[in-house]
Amino acid sequence: MSVQRGTGHSLRGRMAAFDDPDAMLDALRRLRRAGFSRLEVYSPYAVEGVDELLDRRPRALPLIVVAAGLLGAVGGFFLQYWGMVLSYPLNIGGRPLNSWPAFGPSTFELAALAILLAGFLAFCKFCRLPRLYDPIFDAPGFELASQDRFLIWIAEREGRDDGELLQRLLPEGEGVRIDEVPA
Amino acid sequence: MSAMPETERNLTRVVEPGVTAPAVTAHVSDLVLERRTPLWWWVGFGLSFGLFVLFLVAVGWLFIRGIGIWGIDWPIAWGFAIGNYVWWVGMASGGTLISALFFLTRSEWRSATSRIAETMTVFCVACAGIMPVIHLGRWWYFYWLFPYPNTMVLWPQFRSPLHWDFVAILVYVAGSLLFWYVGLLPDFATLRDRARRRWQRVLYGLLALGWQGSSQHWRQFRMLYGLFAALMAPLVCSIHSIVGLDFAGGLTPGWHETQFPPYFVFGAALSGFAVVLMLVIPLRRALELTGVITQRHIDVLARLMLTASLLLSYCYLIEIFMPFYRGEEREITVAMSLLGGYYAPWYWAKIVLNSIVPQILWVRSVRLNRPLLFLVALGVVIGMWIERYVIVVGSLHRNHSESSWFVFIPTVWDWATLAGSVGLFLTGFFLALRFIPMVSMFELRELLRKKQTEGGR
Repeated sequence: MSVQRGTGHSLRGRMAAFDDPDAMLDALRRLRRAGFSRLEVYSPYAVEGVDELLDRRPRALPLIVVAAGLLGAVGGFFLQYWGMVLSYPLNIGGRPLNSWPAFGPSTFELAALAILLAGFLAFCKFCRLPRLYDPIFDAPGFELASQDRFLIWIAEREGRDDGELLQRLLPEGEGVRIDEVPA
Repeated sequence: MSAMPETERNLTRVVEPGVTAPAVTAHVSDLVLERRTPLWWWVGFGLSFGLFVLFLVAVGWLFIRGIGIWGIDWPIAWGFAIGNYVWWVGMASGGTLISALFFLTRSEWRSATSRIAETMTVFCVACAGIMPVIHLGRWWYFYWLFPYPNTMVLWPQFRSPLHWDFVAILVYVAGSLLFWYVGLLPDFATLRDRARRRWQRVLYGLLALGWQGSSQHWRQFRMLYGLFAALMAPLVCSIHSIVGLDFAGGLTPGWHETQFPPYFVFGAALSGFAVVLMLVIPLRRALELTGVITQRHIDVLARLMLTASLLLSYCYLIEIFMPFYRGEEREITVAMSLLGGYYAPWYWAKIVLNSIVPQILWVRSVRLNRPLLFLVALGVVIGMWIERYVIVVGSLHRNHSESSWFVFIPTVWDWATLAGSVGLFLTGFFLALRFIPMVSMFELRELLRKKQTEGGR
């Protein structure tokens, strides 16, 4: 039985821990070259180069934010237009009802509000937060990933025993530790 | 000794040599998780809480008796409350400018001071947001500012700068809180993983939302943080411009000025940097952060304060020049009354504190002298309050109609509200000092890694 994890791969596998981000990057490069694709890196800060090696990019978030900004601007302007022109028009000295320059500042602010809220919600959705417990937290030494250890999660490949291959790719020794993680 | 004096070399270092990432993580999280609450914290918190109680009493009495307990009357209907509001929201800008603007410029000195500055922003904005509401008189109708379907079929006046301001504050509060909280997520996760007591694990576990630090999390985090920074930088300029328009939108002499939006942005920046300095100077000692908050940080903040002071001084010149250039009678009356009338002492105090005294920051030894720098910053913070007071009251007391000339006499409740709001800010800040990591740990790890790879090559 394998469990679907937060980032979408099975829990059964191995966790390699590194003291040094460069060693971790090296190992990641070797793993990629050896054909491993279901990998995930856990680190105490964003390490430059990991995204390229894993070939992942945050494509959706900027699009969602731009869409939210446009929606917020259009909706914000229309809210003011509706109130001042359609719902309750007030003739004050014959001034135009659709006084769009005066609607500008609030339109900008409401677009910003839409971006802030949509950005945060989309971020939570893509990161699957809040998710207070995740089986990965039980992996040995996982609590160090938020402090000073760099972890590579290597999912077990269906019907293959990678034990030897991994031992060749990631020789255990100074600064490297590999743990089996049962399902 | 080498040819270069010690201080000069210090000024280029954002991190002292020998500081390592694990040591920073351990120290900053132990401040929250392990250290016994020090005596200075209890004293500071006690005094702040006393002031906060004063605030509750002042606002409570205001709610019982109405705004007649303040010194405001016609024609001076905007008194301390509006001055306080502009003052607090101005100081709040410091945190946003440091966190957002200098994130976009990739300034290295930002990392260690951003948390202190952002925390300051959150509590300043809280103080700012309360002021216009308690100033409303019938504050329980506050919700009328929201555009909501109501039985009266009425709408708020969207064309009014005062309503723009309401929207701007609302968005700025939401933005400051979200920016602060998102930046805290990875650090909350560190605290969760290091905590030994159960309540700490539960508290920081909840606050961290289950942050894992996976590459997926960091990817989204970096994208979101960059987007927020790019949004917060114009947002902070917009809110102070709109505050300026609150005044410029009125026909009152001295307020009806096209230069007000940038004027208020510069003033906000000046008081923002000053208050960050006032917090950073004692905290780097009290929290033993001298390894990561170095002379470089203090020097940069002092330079920024000087820059903002010069920008604002230019606006002060224009403020006095324009009435005479335009030649409108009442504007000249207001200008003359500021230069030599009832409010002249206040006016000249603001000039001295905001424009003249900060000029000593041209001298390097002053920028390196932390107690003196603290005093200059304190002078600026007081001077900025005076500036807001003079703008609000000075113009209203010489309005177009001579029959409504008047002076404003603050009552004890005006002063109590002002002092109490300082208590509200400090109470919140002291609580944050106790429960929130005051340095962004993950950003320092990143910074130290960058320094290490730079040094290695």
